[in-house]
Amino acid sequence: MPEETKSPSSPPPEGGGKPAAANPPTEKPVAAAAAKPAAPAKPAGPTPEPWDAPVVAALKRLFGSGVQALTYLGQNYLEVDRSLIPEILQILRDQEQFDYCVDITAVHYPQRPRQFEVVWILYSHPRNERVRVKTQIADGEAIASAVPTWPAANWLEREVFDMFGIQFSGHPDLRRVLLPEGWKGHPLRKDYGIIQQDQEWVQINLGIESGQ
Amino acid sequence: MSDPISPVSPLDLDEKEKTFLDATELILNMGPQHPATHGVLRVILKLDGEKVLGLECMIGYLHRGVEKIAENRTYTMFNPYVDRMDYVAAVSNGLGYCEAVEKLLNIQAPPRANYIRVILTELNRIASHQLWLGTHALDIGAMTPLFYTFRDREEILKIFERYCGARLTTHAFRIGGCQYETYSGFEKDVKRFLDFVAPKIDEYEELLTTNRIWVERTTKVGVISAKEAIALGVTGPVLRASGVKWDLRKAQPYAAYKEFDFEIPTGQNGDTYDRYLVRMAEMRQSMRILRQAVEGIPEGPIMAKVPKVLKPPVGEIYHSIEAPKGELGYFIVSDGSTQPYRVRVRPPSFVNLQALDLMCRGQLIADVVAVIGTLDIVLGEVDR
Repeated sequence: MPEETKSPSSPPPEGGGKPAAANPPTEKPVAAAAAKPAAPAKPAGPTPEPWDAPVVAALKRLFGSGVQALTYLGQNYLEVDRSLIPEILQILRDQEQFDYCVDITAVHYPQRPRQFEVVWILYSHPRNERVRVKTQIADGEAIASAVPTWPAANWLEREVFDMFGIQFSGHPDLRRVLLPEGWKGHPLRKDYGIIQQDQEWVQINLGIESGQ
Repeated sequence: MSDPISPVSPLDLDEKEKTFLDATELILNMGPQHPATHGVLRVILKLDGEKVLGLECMIGYLHRGVEKIAENRTYTMFNPYVDRMDYVAAVSNGLGYCEAVEKLLNIQAPPRANYIRVILTELNRIASHQLWLGTHALDIGAMTPLFYTFRDREEILKIFERYCGARLTTHAFRIGGCQYETYSGFEKDVKRFLDFVAPKIDEYEELLTTNRIWVERTTKVGVISAKEAIALGVTGPVLRASGVKWDLRKAQPYAAYKEFDFEIPTGQNGDTYDRYLVRMAEMRQSMRILRQAVEGIPEGPIMAKVPKVLKPPVGEIYHSIEAPKGELGYFIVSDGSTQPYRVRVRPPSFVNLQALDLMCRGQLIADVVAVIGTLDIVLGEVDR
Protein backbone atom coordinates (compact mmCIF):
# COMPACT_ATOMS: atom_id res chain seq x y z
CA MET A 1 0.00 0.00 0.00
CA PRO A 2 1.44 3.34 -0.97
CA GLU A 3 -0.02 4.98 2.13
CA GLU A 4 2.36 3.18 4.43
CA THR A 5 5.46 4.18 2.54
CA LYS A 6 4.95 7.90 2.98
CA SER A 7 7.29 9.54 5.44
CA PRO A 8 5.91 9.70 8.98
CA SER A 9 6.10 13.48 9.13
CA SER A 10 3.25 13.80 6.65
CA PRO A 11 0.50 11.34 7.47
CA PRO A 12 -1.74 10.41 4.57
CA PRO A 13 -4.77 12.55 4.09
CA GLU A 14 -7.97 10.60 4.45
CA GLY A 15 -11.55 11.63 3.97
CA GLY A 16 -11.32 15.37 4.24
CA GLY A 17 -14.52 16.31 2.47
CA LYS A 18 -14.44 13.71 -0.24
CA PRO A 19 -15.68 10.13 -0.17
CA ALA A 20 -13.17 7.62 1.11
CA ALA A 21 -11.84 6.29 -2.15
CA ALA A 22 -10.06 3.15 -1.09
CA ASN A 23 -12.78 0.53 -1.12
CA PRO A 24 -11.27 -2.93 -1.53
CA PRO A 25 -13.23 -4.27 -4.56
CA THR A 26 -12.05 -1.55 -6.93
CA GLU A 27 -8.57 -1.49 -5.50
CA LYS A 28 -7.49 -4.84 -6.87
CA PRO A 29 -8.08 -4.58 -10.62
CA VAL A 30 -6.55 -1.13 -10.65
CA ALA A 31 -3.39 -2.34 -9.04
CA ALA A 32 -3.25 -5.20 -11.52
CA ALA A 33 -3.74 -2.90 -14.47
CA ALA A 34 -1.12 -0.53 -13.18
CA ALA A 35 1.37 -3.37 -12.91
CA LYS A 36 1.13 -4.23 -16.60
CA PRO A 37 3.04 -1.33 -18.17
CA ALA A 38 6.78 -1.57 -18.31
CA ALA A 39 7.22 1.33 -15.87
CA PRO A 40 9.39 0.04 -13.02
CA ALA A 41 8.07 -0.50 -9.50
CA LYS A 42 4.59 0.74 -10.32
CA PRO A 43 2.30 -0.90 -7.76
CA ALA A 44 4.19 0.19 -4.68
CA GLY A 45 4.80 3.71 -5.93
CA PRO A 46 8.02 5.57 -5.37
CA THR A 47 8.88 6.75 -1.90
CA PRO A 48 10.50 9.99 -0.78
CA GLU A 49 14.22 9.52 -0.30
CA PRO A 50 16.68 11.60 1.69
CA TRP A 51 18.15 14.42 -0.34
CA ASP A 52 21.83 15.20 -0.01
CA ALA A 53 23.27 18.40 -1.37
CA PRO A 54 25.57 21.19 -0.22
CA VAL A 55 22.47 23.32 0.41
CA VAL A 56 21.07 20.72 2.74
CA ALA A 57 24.37 20.26 4.56
CA ALA A 58 24.61 24.01 5.12
CA LEU A 59 21.06 24.21 6.44
CA LYS A 60 21.48 21.15 8.66
CA ARG A 61 24.64 22.65 10.16
CA LEU A 62 22.66 25.73 11.12
CA PHE A 63 19.34 24.25 12.13
CA GLY A 64 19.97 20.56 12.89
CA SER A 65 16.83 18.47 13.04
CA GLY A 66 14.57 21.44 12.30
CA VAL A 67 15.13 20.74 8.63
CA GLN A 68 14.34 17.54 6.78
CA ALA A 69 15.48 17.22 3.19
CA LEU A 70 13.74 14.75 0.92
CA THR A 71 13.40 14.06 -2.76
CA TYR A 72 10.37 12.56 -4.49
CA LEU A 73 10.16 11.76 -8.21
CA GLY A 74 13.33 13.74 -8.70
CA GLN A 75 11.97 16.86 -7.01
CA ASN A 76 13.63 18.17 -3.90
CA TYR A 77 11.84 19.58 -0.93
CA LEU A 78 12.55 20.70 2.60
CA GLU A 79 10.28 20.10 5.55
CA VAL A 80 10.94 22.86 8.00
CA ASP A 81 9.79 23.90 11.47
CA ARG A 82 7.44 26.84 11.35
CA SER A 83 9.70 29.01 13.52
CA LEU A 84 12.63 28.62 11.12
CA ILE A 85 10.75 29.73 8.01
CA PRO A 86 11.84 33.37 7.77
CA GLU A 87 15.49 32.55 8.33
CA ILE A 88 15.56 29.61 5.94
CA LEU A 89 13.81 31.50 3.14
CA GLN A 90 16.24 34.37 3.61
CA ILE A 91 19.25 32.04 3.48
CA LEU A 92 17.90 30.28 0.40
CA ARG A 93 17.62 33.58 -1.38
CA ASP A 94 20.78 35.32 -0.20
CA GLN A 95 23.27 32.48 -0.01
CA GLU A 96 21.84 29.78 -2.21
CA GLN A 97 20.70 32.07 -5.04
CA PHE A 98 17.04 31.07 -5.07
CA ASP A 99 16.13 34.43 -6.50
CA TYR A 100 12.72 33.62 -7.92
CA CYS A 101 9.70 32.75 -5.80
CA VAL A 102 7.59 30.72 -8.19
CA ASP A 103 4.57 30.11 -6.02
CA ILE A 104 3.23 30.08 -2.49
CA THR A 105 0.33 27.83 -1.72
CA ALA A 106 -1.18 25.68 1.00
CA VAL A 107 -2.83 22.31 1.49
CA HIS A 108 -5.47 21.63 4.11
CA TYR A 109 -5.33 18.39 6.12
CA PRO A 110 -8.21 18.69 8.60
CA GLN A 111 -7.34 15.51 10.51
CA ARG A 112 -3.82 16.64 11.41
CA PRO A 113 -3.19 18.51 14.64
CA ARG A 114 -1.52 21.21 12.60
CA GLN A 115 -4.00 21.50 9.78
CA PHE A 116 -2.25 23.50 7.12
CA GLU A 117 0.81 22.80 5.10
CA VAL A 118 2.21 25.95 3.53
CA VAL A 119 4.38 25.39 0.47
CA TRP A 120 6.90 27.76 -1.12
CA ILE A 121 8.10 26.78 -4.57
CA LEU A 122 11.42 28.41 -5.33
CA TYR A 123 13.65 28.51 -8.37
CA SER A 124 17.21 29.65 -8.82
CA HIS A 125 18.03 31.33 -12.12
CA PRO A 126 21.82 30.96 -11.75
CA ARG A 127 21.62 27.28 -10.76
CA ASN A 128 18.56 26.22 -12.79
CA GLU A 129 17.25 24.36 -9.77
CA ARG A 130 13.95 24.12 -7.99
CA VAL A 131 13.23 23.47 -4.36
CA ARG A 132 10.02 23.33 -2.34
CA VAL A 133 9.91 24.43 1.26
CA LYS A 134 7.07 23.12 3.37
CA THR A 135 5.93 23.77 6.89
CA GLN A 136 2.92 22.85 8.97
CA ILE A 137 0.87 25.33 10.94
CA ALA A 138 -2.26 25.09 13.02
CA ASP A 139 -5.49 26.91 12.28
CA GLY A 140 -5.25 30.47 13.56
CA GLU A 141 -1.47 30.52 13.69
CA ALA A 142 0.37 33.11 11.66
CA ILE A 143 3.38 32.55 9.46
CA ALA A 144 6.03 35.12 8.59
CA SER A 145 5.42 36.88 5.31
CA ALA A 146 7.95 36.42 2.49
CA VAL A 147 7.18 39.80 0.92
CA PRO A 148 10.39 41.41 2.28
CA THR A 149 12.36 38.57 0.68
CA TRP A 150 10.50 38.33 -2.65
CA PRO A 151 8.03 41.07 -3.64
CA ALA A 152 6.32 38.41 -5.78
CA ALA A 153 4.96 36.89 -2.58
CA ASN A 154 2.49 39.74 -2.18
CA TRP A 155 -0.47 38.51 -4.20
CA LEU A 156 0.45 34.87 -3.71
CA GLU A 157 0.13 35.25 0.06
CA ARG A 158 -3.06 37.23 -0.35
CA GLU A 159 -4.49 34.35 -2.33
CA VAL A 160 -3.49 31.83 0.34
CA PHE A 161 -5.14 34.05 2.94
CA ASP A 162 -8.22 34.38 0.75
CA MET A 163 -8.59 30.66 0.09
CA PHE A 164 -7.41 29.19 3.40
CA GLY A 165 -7.56 31.97 5.97
CA ILE A 166 -3.88 31.66 6.81
CA GLN A 167 -2.41 34.82 8.31
CA PHE A 168 0.93 36.13 7.10
CA SER A 169 2.48 38.38 9.72
CA GLY A 170 4.36 41.33 8.28
CA HIS A 171 2.45 41.33 5.01
CA PRO A 172 1.98 44.95 3.90
CA ASP A 173 -1.61 44.57 2.73
CA LEU A 174 -3.22 41.26 3.66
CA ARG A 175 -6.67 41.38 2.07
CA ARG A 176 -8.70 39.04 -0.07
CA VAL A 177 -7.58 39.10 -3.66
CA LEU A 178 -9.97 36.96 -5.70
CA LEU A 179 -13.10 36.87 -3.57
CA PRO A 180 -14.88 40.11 -2.73
CA GLU A 181 -14.18 41.97 0.48
CA GLY A 182 -16.68 40.96 3.13
CA TRP A 183 -17.06 37.39 1.88
CA LYS A 184 -17.28 34.89 4.71
CA GLY A 185 -15.39 31.63 4.63
CA HIS A 186 -12.29 30.30 2.91
CA PRO A 187 -13.26 28.08 -0.02
CA LEU A 188 -10.23 25.83 -0.34
CA ARG A 189 -10.59 24.49 3.17
CA LYS A 190 -11.79 20.92 3.06
CA ASP A 191 -14.84 21.69 5.20
CA TYR A 192 -16.09 24.23 2.66
CA GLY A 193 -18.50 22.50 0.30
CA ILE A 194 -18.17 22.65 -3.46
CA ILE A 195 -21.50 24.45 -3.97
CA GLN A 196 -21.34 26.39 -0.73
CA GLN A 197 -21.57 30.15 -1.00
CA ASP A 198 -21.86 33.12 1.27
CA GLN A 199 -25.61 33.45 0.70
CA GLU A 200 -25.82 36.57 2.82
CA TRP A 201 -23.24 38.31 0.64
CA VAL A 202 -25.02 37.17 -2.50
CA GLN A 203 -28.38 38.45 -1.25
CA ILE A 204 -27.06 41.82 -0.18
CA ASN A 205 -24.77 42.51 -3.10
CA LEU A 206 -26.43 40.80 -6.02
CA GLY A 207 -30.04 41.20 -4.91
CA ILE A 208 -30.90 37.58 -5.67
CA GLU A 209 -32.09 34.87 -3.33
CA SER A 210 -29.35 32.37 -4.06
CA GLY A 211 -26.29 32.16 -6.22
CA GLN A 212 -26.94 28.52 -7.02
CA MET B 1 -16.58 79.17 -23.51
CA SER B 2 -17.43 80.43 -26.99
CA ASP B 3 -13.85 80.13 -28.24
CA PRO B 4 -12.47 76.77 -27.19
CA ILE B 5 -8.99 77.53 -28.52
CA SER B 6 -8.09 80.42 -26.24
CA PRO B 7 -6.87 79.18 -22.86
CA VAL B 8 -8.85 80.09 -19.80
CA SER B 9 -6.96 82.57 -17.73
CA PRO B 10 -6.48 81.41 -14.13
CA LEU B 11 -7.53 84.85 -13.00
CA ASP B 12 -11.08 84.19 -14.19
CA LEU B 13 -11.58 81.23 -11.86
CA ASP B 14 -13.56 81.40 -8.66
CA GLU B 15 -12.32 79.86 -5.44
CA LYS B 16 -14.05 76.54 -5.95
CA GLU B 17 -12.61 76.03 -9.40
CA LYS B 18 -9.16 76.96 -8.20
CA THR B 19 -9.19 74.32 -5.52
CA PHE B 20 -10.23 71.80 -8.11
CA LEU B 21 -7.40 72.65 -10.44
CA ASP B 22 -4.88 72.78 -7.66
CA ALA B 23 -5.87 69.34 -6.45
CA THR B 24 -2.80 67.20 -6.89
CA GLU B 25 -4.35 63.77 -6.65
CA LEU B 26 -7.27 62.21 -8.39
CA ILE B 27 -8.59 58.69 -7.95
CA LEU B 28 -9.87 57.30 -11.20
CA ASN B 29 -11.64 54.01 -11.71
CA MET B 30 -10.98 52.09 -14.91
CA GLY B 31 -12.96 48.96 -15.68
CA PRO B 32 -14.08 46.27 -15.11
CA GLN B 33 -16.07 46.94 -18.28
CA HIS B 34 -13.47 48.72 -20.33
CA PRO B 35 -12.36 47.67 -23.80
CA ALA B 36 -8.68 48.11 -23.02
CA THR B 37 -8.62 45.94 -19.92
CA HIS B 38 -8.86 42.73 -21.95
CA GLY B 39 -11.68 41.25 -19.98
CA VAL B 40 -12.84 42.20 -16.55
CA LEU B 41 -9.86 43.83 -14.93
CA ARG B 42 -10.60 46.80 -12.73
CA VAL B 43 -7.78 49.25 -12.12
CA ILE B 44 -7.96 52.07 -9.62
CA LEU B 45 -5.55 54.77 -10.61
CA LYS B 46 -4.10 57.48 -8.44
CA LEU B 47 -3.32 60.38 -10.71
CA ASP B 48 -1.54 63.67 -10.65
CA GLY B 49 -3.00 65.30 -13.72
CA GLU B 50 -2.38 62.68 -16.35
CA LYS B 51 0.56 61.15 -14.52
CA VAL B 52 0.05 57.87 -12.72
CA LEU B 53 1.23 57.94 -9.11
CA GLY B 54 0.19 54.40 -8.40
CA LEU B 55 -2.52 51.92 -9.10
CA GLU B 56 -4.31 48.99 -7.66
CA CYS B 57 -5.78 46.04 -9.50
CA MET B 58 -9.12 44.62 -8.43
CA ILE B 59 -9.44 41.12 -9.78
CA GLY B 60 -11.59 38.07 -9.22
CA TYR B 61 -14.56 38.89 -11.44
CA LEU B 62 -14.03 35.65 -13.35
CA HIS B 63 -13.22 33.49 -10.33
CA ARG B 64 -14.79 30.09 -10.82
CA GLY B 65 -12.94 28.13 -8.16
CA VAL B 66 -11.06 25.92 -10.59
CA GLU B 67 -8.83 24.55 -7.83
CA LYS B 68 -11.84 23.60 -5.74
CA ILE B 69 -13.50 21.92 -8.71
CA ALA B 70 -10.34 19.86 -9.23
CA GLU B 71 -10.64 18.37 -5.76
CA ASN B 72 -14.12 17.11 -6.59
CA ARG B 73 -13.38 15.58 -9.98
CA THR B 74 -11.23 12.66 -11.04
CA TYR B 75 -7.91 13.38 -12.72
CA THR B 76 -9.43 12.68 -16.12
CA MET B 77 -12.58 14.70 -15.51
CA PHE B 78 -10.61 17.77 -14.52
CA ASN B 79 -8.64 17.78 -17.77
CA PRO B 80 -11.12 19.85 -19.83
CA TYR B 81 -11.44 22.44 -17.07
CA VAL B 82 -7.85 23.62 -17.45
CA ASP B 83 -8.62 24.82 -20.99
CA ARG B 84 -10.95 27.41 -19.48
CA MET B 85 -8.20 29.25 -17.65
CA ASP B 86 -6.06 30.73 -20.40
CA TYR B 87 -8.64 30.21 -23.09
CA VAL B 88 -6.58 31.74 -25.87
CA ALA B 89 -3.82 29.19 -25.21
CA ALA B 90 -5.91 26.22 -24.11
CA VAL B 91 -3.52 23.70 -25.62
CA SER B 92 -0.68 24.86 -23.35
CA ASN B 93 -2.88 24.52 -20.28
CA GLY B 94 -3.75 20.98 -21.22
CA LEU B 95 -0.14 20.09 -21.90
CA GLY B 96 0.98 21.30 -18.48
CA TYR B 97 -1.76 19.45 -16.66
CA CYS B 98 -1.35 16.18 -18.55
CA GLU B 99 2.41 16.19 -18.07
CA ALA B 100 2.08 16.92 -14.35
CA VAL B 101 -0.30 13.98 -13.84
CA GLU B 102 1.92 11.76 -15.99
CA LYS B 103 4.87 12.61 -13.78
CA LEU B 104 2.83 11.77 -10.72
CA LEU B 105 1.82 8.44 -12.27
CA ASN B 106 5.41 7.87 -13.40
CA ILE B 107 4.43 7.26 -17.01
CA GLN B 108 5.71 8.86 -20.17
CA ALA B 109 3.90 9.89 -23.29
CA PRO B 110 5.26 8.12 -26.39
CA PRO B 111 7.52 10.10 -28.76
CA ARG B 112 4.86 10.52 -31.43
CA ALA B 113 2.45 11.98 -28.89
CA ASN B 114 5.15 14.37 -27.73
CA TYR B 115 5.67 15.59 -31.28
CA ILE B 116 1.95 16.12 -31.79
CA ARG B 117 1.90 17.98 -28.48
CA VAL B 118 4.75 20.24 -29.53
CA ILE B 119 3.14 20.99 -32.90
CA LEU B 120 -0.21 21.94 -31.39
CA THR B 121 1.35 23.90 -28.53
CA GLU B 122 3.54 25.93 -30.84
CA LEU B 123 0.64 26.61 -33.18
CA ASN B 124 -1.24 27.78 -30.13
CA ARG B 125 1.66 30.01 -29.11
CA ILE B 126 1.51 31.73 -32.49
CA ALA B 127 -2.27 32.08 -32.19
CA SER B 128 -1.95 33.53 -28.70
CA HIS B 129 0.71 36.01 -29.80
CA GLN B 130 -1.39 36.99 -32.80
CA LEU B 131 -4.34 37.72 -30.57
CA TRP B 132 -2.09 39.70 -28.27
CA LEU B 133 -0.69 41.72 -31.15
CA GLY B 134 -4.06 42.54 -32.62
CA THR B 135 -5.64 43.68 -29.38
CA HIS B 136 -2.51 45.43 -28.12
CA ALA B 137 -2.15 47.40 -31.34
CA LEU B 138 -5.86 48.25 -31.26
CA ASP B 139 -5.49 49.61 -27.73
CA ILE B 140 -2.70 51.89 -28.87
CA GLY B 141 -4.70 53.07 -31.86
CA ALA B 142 -3.57 50.92 -34.77
CA MET B 143 -6.67 49.25 -36.08
CA THR B 144 -5.45 47.29 -39.09
CA PRO B 145 -3.27 44.68 -37.30
CA LEU B 146 -6.37 43.41 -35.49
CA PHE B 147 -8.00 42.39 -38.77
CA TYR B 148 -4.80 40.89 -40.13
CA THR B 149 -3.96 38.86 -37.04
CA PHE B 150 -7.48 37.55 -36.56
CA ARG B 151 -7.67 36.61 -40.22
CA ASP B 152 -4.43 34.64 -39.97
CA ARG B 153 -5.18 33.12 -36.57
CA GLU B 154 -8.23 31.59 -38.16
CA GLU B 155 -5.95 29.25 -40.12
CA ILE B 156 -4.55 27.86 -36.86
CA LEU B 157 -8.01 27.40 -35.41
CA LYS B 158 -9.01 25.52 -38.56
CA ILE B 159 -6.16 23.07 -37.98
CA PHE B 160 -7.32 22.60 -34.38
CA GLU B 161 -10.85 22.07 -35.56
CA ARG B 162 -9.80 19.45 -38.06
CA TYR B 163 -7.63 17.76 -35.45
CA CYS B 164 -10.01 17.56 -32.50
CA GLY B 165 -13.25 19.24 -33.43
CA ALA B 166 -12.85 22.29 -31.20
CA ARG B 167 -11.33 25.64 -31.99
CA LEU B 168 -10.73 27.38 -28.70
CA THR B 169 -11.03 25.09 -25.69
CA THR B 170 -9.59 22.17 -27.53
CA HIS B 171 -9.02 19.51 -24.86
CA ALA B 172 -6.49 18.15 -27.33
CA PHE B 173 -4.43 15.96 -25.00
CA ARG B 174 -5.13 13.13 -22.63
CA ILE B 175 -3.18 11.91 -19.65
CA GLY B 176 -0.66 9.55 -21.22
CA GLY B 177 -0.59 11.03 -24.71
CA CYS B 178 -3.13 12.23 -27.23
CA GLN B 179 -6.54 10.80 -27.89
CA TYR B 180 -6.62 11.51 -31.59
CA GLU B 181 -4.25 10.38 -34.28
CA THR B 182 -3.45 13.16 -36.74
CA TYR B 183 -5.87 13.39 -39.62
CA SER B 184 -4.60 12.64 -43.09
CA GLY B 185 -3.02 15.77 -44.44
CA PHE B 186 -2.21 17.19 -40.99
CA GLU B 187 1.47 17.65 -41.76
CA LYS B 188 0.61 19.21 -45.10
CA ASP B 189 -1.82 21.60 -43.43
CA VAL B 190 0.77 22.70 -40.90
CA LYS B 191 3.40 23.20 -43.60
CA ARG B 192 0.94 25.13 -45.72
CA PHE B 193 0.13 27.29 -42.73
CA LEU B 194 3.82 27.98 -42.11
CA ASP B 195 4.32 29.07 -45.71
CA PHE B 196 1.21 31.19 -45.40
CA VAL B 197 2.03 32.90 -42.13
CA ALA B 198 5.72 33.72 -42.66
CA PRO B 199 5.04 36.67 -45.01
CA LYS B 200 2.10 37.69 -42.80
CA ILE B 201 4.35 38.19 -39.80
CA ASP B 202 6.58 40.36 -42.00
CA GLU B 203 3.45 42.25 -42.89
CA TYR B 204 2.61 42.95 -39.23
CA GLU B 205 6.14 44.15 -38.73
CA GLU B 206 5.94 46.41 -41.76
CA LEU B 207 2.89 48.03 -40.25
CA LEU B 208 4.38 48.57 -36.82
CA THR B 209 8.11 48.09 -36.26
CA THR B 210 9.22 51.37 -37.80
CA ASN B 211 5.87 53.13 -37.55
CA ARG B 212 6.60 56.45 -35.87
CA ILE B 213 3.43 56.47 -33.77
CA TRP B 214 3.94 52.89 -32.64
CA VAL B 215 7.57 53.52 -31.70
CA GLU B 216 6.71 56.70 -29.78
CA ARG B 217 3.87 55.04 -27.94
CA THR B 218 5.88 51.99 -26.87
CA THR B 219 9.51 53.00 -26.39
CA LYS B 220 10.44 53.64 -22.74
CA VAL B 221 6.89 52.83 -21.71
CA GLY B 222 6.34 50.38 -18.87
CA VAL B 223 10.02 49.75 -18.24
CA ILE B 224 10.92 46.91 -15.91
CA SER B 225 14.51 45.92 -15.21
CA ALA B 226 15.71 42.34 -15.11
CA LYS B 227 16.26 42.53 -11.37
CA GLU B 228 12.79 43.88 -10.68
CA ALA B 229 11.24 41.34 -13.02
CA ILE B 230 12.88 38.41 -11.24
CA ALA B 231 12.00 39.77 -7.81
CA LEU B 232 8.38 40.14 -8.86
CA GLY B 233 8.29 36.63 -10.27
CA VAL B 234 7.61 37.87 -13.79
CA THR B 235 8.11 35.22 -16.48
CA GLY B 236 7.64 34.70 -20.18
CA PRO B 237 8.23 37.28 -22.89
CA VAL B 238 8.01 40.09 -20.31
CA LEU B 239 11.04 38.70 -18.47
CA ARG B 240 12.94 37.97 -21.67
CA ALA B 241 12.40 41.50 -22.97
CA SER B 242 14.26 42.71 -19.87
CA GLY B 243 17.29 40.74 -21.00
CA VAL B 244 16.94 37.49 -19.05
CA LYS B 245 17.52 34.57 -21.36
CA TRP B 246 15.21 32.14 -19.64
CA ASP B 247 12.72 29.87 -21.28
CA LEU B 248 11.53 26.64 -19.67
CA ARG B 249 11.60 24.92 -23.04
CA LYS B 250 15.39 25.28 -22.85
CA ALA B 251 16.06 25.50 -19.11
CA GLN B 252 14.06 22.42 -18.13
CA PRO B 253 12.92 20.81 -21.37
CA TYR B 254 9.66 18.90 -21.42
CA ALA B 255 7.67 17.09 -24.15
CA ALA B 256 10.03 16.82 -27.14
CA TYR B 257 11.61 20.27 -26.94
CA LYS B 258 15.08 18.87 -26.35
CA GLU B 259 15.16 17.64 -29.92
CA PHE B 260 14.60 20.96 -31.63
CA ASP B 261 16.94 23.69 -32.58
CA PHE B 262 15.65 27.14 -31.68
CA GLU B 263 16.73 30.32 -29.96
CA ILE B 264 15.41 32.36 -27.08
CA PRO B 265 14.83 35.91 -28.27
CA THR B 266 15.64 38.56 -25.68
CA GLY B 267 15.38 42.31 -25.43
CA GLN B 268 17.51 44.86 -23.58
CA ASN B 269 15.44 47.74 -22.37
CA GLY B 270 12.48 45.95 -20.84
CA ASP B 271 10.05 48.40 -22.37
CA THR B 272 6.87 47.85 -24.34
CA TYR B 273 8.67 48.08 -27.65
CA ASP B 274 11.17 45.38 -26.70
CA ARG B 275 8.39 43.12 -25.52
CA TYR B 276 6.76 43.61 -28.89
CA LEU B 277 9.98 42.65 -30.68
CA VAL B 278 10.50 39.62 -28.43
CA ARG B 279 7.04 38.26 -29.15
CA MET B 280 7.44 38.85 -32.87
CA ALA B 281 10.73 36.94 -32.78
CA GLU B 282 9.09 34.20 -30.73
CA MET B 283 6.49 33.63 -33.41
CA ARG B 284 9.31 33.06 -35.88
CA GLN B 285 11.08 30.68 -33.48
CA SER B 286 7.83 28.77 -33.04
CA MET B 287 7.66 28.42 -36.80
CA ARG B 288 11.20 27.08 -36.76
CA ILE B 289 10.22 24.46 -34.16
CA LEU B 290 7.11 23.60 -36.14
CA ARG B 291 9.07 22.96 -39.34
CA GLN B 292 11.42 20.59 -37.54
CA ALA B 293 8.60 18.85 -35.71
CA VAL B 294 6.49 18.32 -38.81
CA GLU B 295 9.48 16.96 -40.74
CA GLY B 296 10.60 14.63 -37.98
CA ILE B 297 7.32 13.37 -36.55
CA PRO B 298 8.00 9.71 -35.65
CA GLU B 299 5.70 6.76 -36.18
CA GLY B 300 4.37 4.82 -33.24
CA PRO B 301 1.63 4.80 -30.65
CA ILE B 302 0.08 8.04 -29.43
CA MET B 303 -0.96 6.79 -26.00
CA ALA B 304 1.11 5.28 -23.23
CA LYS B 305 -0.36 2.34 -21.37
CA VAL B 306 -2.53 4.05 -18.82
CA PRO B 307 -4.85 2.28 -16.39
CA LYS B 308 -8.56 2.93 -16.90
CA VAL B 309 -8.89 4.35 -13.40
CA LEU B 310 -6.11 6.75 -12.52
CA LYS B 311 -4.89 6.42 -8.95
CA PRO B 312 -1.52 8.10 -8.59
CA PRO B 313 0.47 6.97 -5.55
CA VAL B 314 0.49 9.23 -2.50
CA GLY B 315 2.79 12.13 -3.13
CA GLU B 316 3.04 15.51 -4.71
CA ILE B 317 4.49 17.00 -7.84
CA TYR B 318 5.20 20.41 -9.31
CA HIS B 319 5.46 20.61 -13.06
CA SER B 320 5.61 23.73 -15.15
CA ILE B 321 5.78 24.58 -18.81
CA GLU B 322 6.52 27.67 -20.84
CA ALA B 323 3.05 28.87 -21.78
CA PRO B 324 2.74 31.83 -24.17
CA LYS B 325 2.38 34.10 -21.11
CA GLY B 326 5.13 32.64 -18.94
CA GLU B 327 5.63 29.86 -16.46
CA LEU B 328 2.45 27.85 -16.06
CA GLY B 329 2.82 25.43 -13.17
CA TYR B 330 0.70 22.70 -11.65
CA PHE B 331 1.25 21.58 -8.07
CA ILE B 332 -0.73 18.41 -7.53
CA VAL B 333 -1.08 16.49 -4.26
CA SER B 334 -2.32 12.93 -4.49
CA ASP B 335 -3.77 10.97 -1.59
CA GLY B 336 -3.81 7.76 -3.61
CA SER B 337 -7.47 8.08 -4.58
CA THR B 338 -9.04 8.78 -7.95
CA GLN B 339 -9.43 12.47 -7.23
CA PRO B 340 -6.59 14.90 -6.65
CA TYR B 341 -6.30 15.98 -3.03
CA ARG B 342 -5.21 19.41 -4.11
CA VAL B 343 -4.43 21.05 -7.44
CA ARG B 344 -2.74 24.39 -7.42
CA VAL B 345 -2.32 26.27 -10.65
CA ARG B 346 0.52 28.75 -10.83
CA PRO B 347 -0.86 31.16 -13.40
CA PRO B 348 1.64 33.33 -15.26
CA SER B 349 -0.88 36.12 -15.89
CA PHE B 350 -1.73 36.49 -12.20
CA VAL B 351 1.90 36.89 -11.16
CA ASN B 352 2.81 39.09 -14.13
CA LEU B 353 -0.11 41.41 -13.41
CA GLN B 354 1.48 42.24 -10.07
CA ALA B 355 4.14 44.17 -11.97
CA LEU B 356 1.55 46.52 -13.48
CA ASP B 357 1.82 49.00 -10.60
CA LEU B 358 5.59 49.27 -10.88
CA MET B 359 5.53 49.49 -14.66
CA CYS B 360 2.92 52.24 -14.76
CA ARG B 361 4.31 54.57 -12.09
CA GLY B 362 5.28 57.92 -13.56
CA GLN B 363 3.64 57.11 -16.89
CA LEU B 364 0.57 58.72 -18.43
CA ILE B 365 -2.95 57.27 -18.34
CA ALA B 366 -2.74 56.39 -22.02
CA ASP B 367 0.36 54.33 -21.24
CA VAL B 368 -1.53 52.23 -18.70
CA VAL B 369 -3.54 50.88 -21.60
CA ALA B 370 -0.33 50.10 -23.47
CA VAL B 371 1.18 48.35 -20.44
CA ILE B 372 -1.91 46.22 -19.78
CA GLY B 373 -1.72 45.17 -23.41
CA THR B 374 1.98 44.41 -23.32
CA LEU B 375 1.65 42.24 -20.20
CA ASP B 376 -0.61 39.98 -22.27
CA ILE B 377 -2.89 38.92 -19.46
CA VAL B 378 -5.93 36.72 -19.79
CA LEU B 379 -8.39 37.32 -17.00
CA GLY B 380 -9.70 33.80 -17.12
CA GLU B 381 -6.28 32.73 -15.94
CA VAL B 382 -5.75 35.56 -13.47
CA ASP B 383 -9.01 34.78 -11.67
CA ARG B 384 -9.34 31.05 -12.34
